[in-house]
Amino acid sequence: MSIVKEFTKGLWKEIPPFRLVLGLCPTLAVTKTASDGMGMGAAVIFVLVLSNVIISLVRKIIPKKVRIACFIVIAASLVVSVELLMQAYAYPLYQSLGIFVPLIVVNCIILGRAEAFAAKNPVLLSAADGLGMGLGFTLSLTFLGALREIFGYGKLFGAEVFGPAFKPFTFMIEAPGAFVCLGLILAAMNYLAIWQSKRAGLPEPDVAVSCGGCRACAIGESKQIIQEG
Amino acid sequence: MDYFLMLISAIFVNNILLAQYLGNCPFLGCSKEKGVAFGMGAAVIFVAVMATAFTWIMQKWVLEPYGLGYLQTLVFILVIAALVQFVEMFLKKMVPPLYKALGIFLPLITTNCAVLGIAILVQRKEFGLGMSLYYSFVASLGFTLALMLMAGIRERLIIARLPKSLQGTSIGLVMAGLMSLTFFAFKGMIG
Repeated sequence: MSIVKEFTKGLWKEIPPFRLVLGLCPTLAVTKTASDGMGMGAAVIFVLVLSNVIISLVRKIIPKKVRIACFIVIAASLVVSVELLMQAYAYPLYQSLGIFVPLIVVNCIILGRAEAFAAKNPVLLSAADGLGMGLGFTLSLTFLGALREIFGYGKLFGAEVFGPAFKPFTFMIEAPGAFVCLGLILAAMNYLAIWQSKRAGLPEPDVAVSCGGCRACAIGESKQIIQEG
Repeated sequence: MDYFLMLISAIFVNNILLAQYLGNCPFLGCSKEKGVAFGMGAAVIFVAVMATAFTWIMQKWVLEPYGLGYLQTLVFILVIAALVQFVEMFLKKMVPPLYKALGIFLPLITTNCAVLGIAILVQRKEFGLGMSLYYSFVASLGFTLALMLMAGIRERLIIARLPKSLQGTSIGLVMAGLMSLTFFAFKGMIG
């Protein structure tokens, strides 16, 4: 029962880029077309599920002080294997994703989920969490990619959508389009979340904070730690 | 001339943040105050240049001679993580004023994709050591510029009356889009 819950929360309630605001760099960079987004998502699913499983397996052995370093090593080894696999079986995709394949290492989703979930939960739950989060990430990237591809190129997965009279809206496939689109999608998700909880009579939820408010970006918090320590 | 062209190109035309989408987390997370943004930017410049130097040496002297090129990602992130730790300890002991200014930002930088991104980019562009260092410096300068501008805009946005759903990261991203559009105009400058 709770495995299902951990799996499904990644698909809507805590969908990584749109609600938790994790992993923005690839979300912006590789969503020029829907298929690029999907490929990136697949690579992230692979790394995330395996890293969650491994971290959850060794969670009791890792000393607390060096856990982040351990997480990074585990994630980096997995990313190296993804790179090699992609070079072998999906070379065109590897080339179009470019530098963002090795950068999966520093994607906050991997570290964020390791720290927030896999380091505290048993293996099966962590696997379910990783799969759900990964799928949510893939769905979001594919959605944003489809949106940008439809308006930017007039195509979807390479197939024509509009008639020949359609003039491509180049803004969408360039960097500014990516930022504005993602910002507006975030706003829409916030609006939906507020509306949903209002209807259920719950207090208003917080709006999405960057990087899921993870510790790495919570400057105020670390300032306090420095001052206290 | 070549160096000047690269300066303009790395700061304005191919800004690492606004055109190459690297380092968005600190861009949105640390852009609430100008002081914080400046500290973050300075720390990124400092670490990016040093990380590029070390990773370049690792790549050319260790990985390539021994045919270990496929381990690039793993080695680079480890070098950066270790470097950040050392820099932190060194500054704490030897240069306390600098540590006070940059200290809180250093631990956050390991997972900043701009640093690893620059280190990998200079390898893919096959720059020499001098050029790599110069590129990493100007690219992170561009990062700092974008971060400072964003912090300035966000300080203004606090006063603005926004609908609740647009607050926070959402309006930040829209603003980044508009900034990116402005920087996009520099593309005409260098063909």
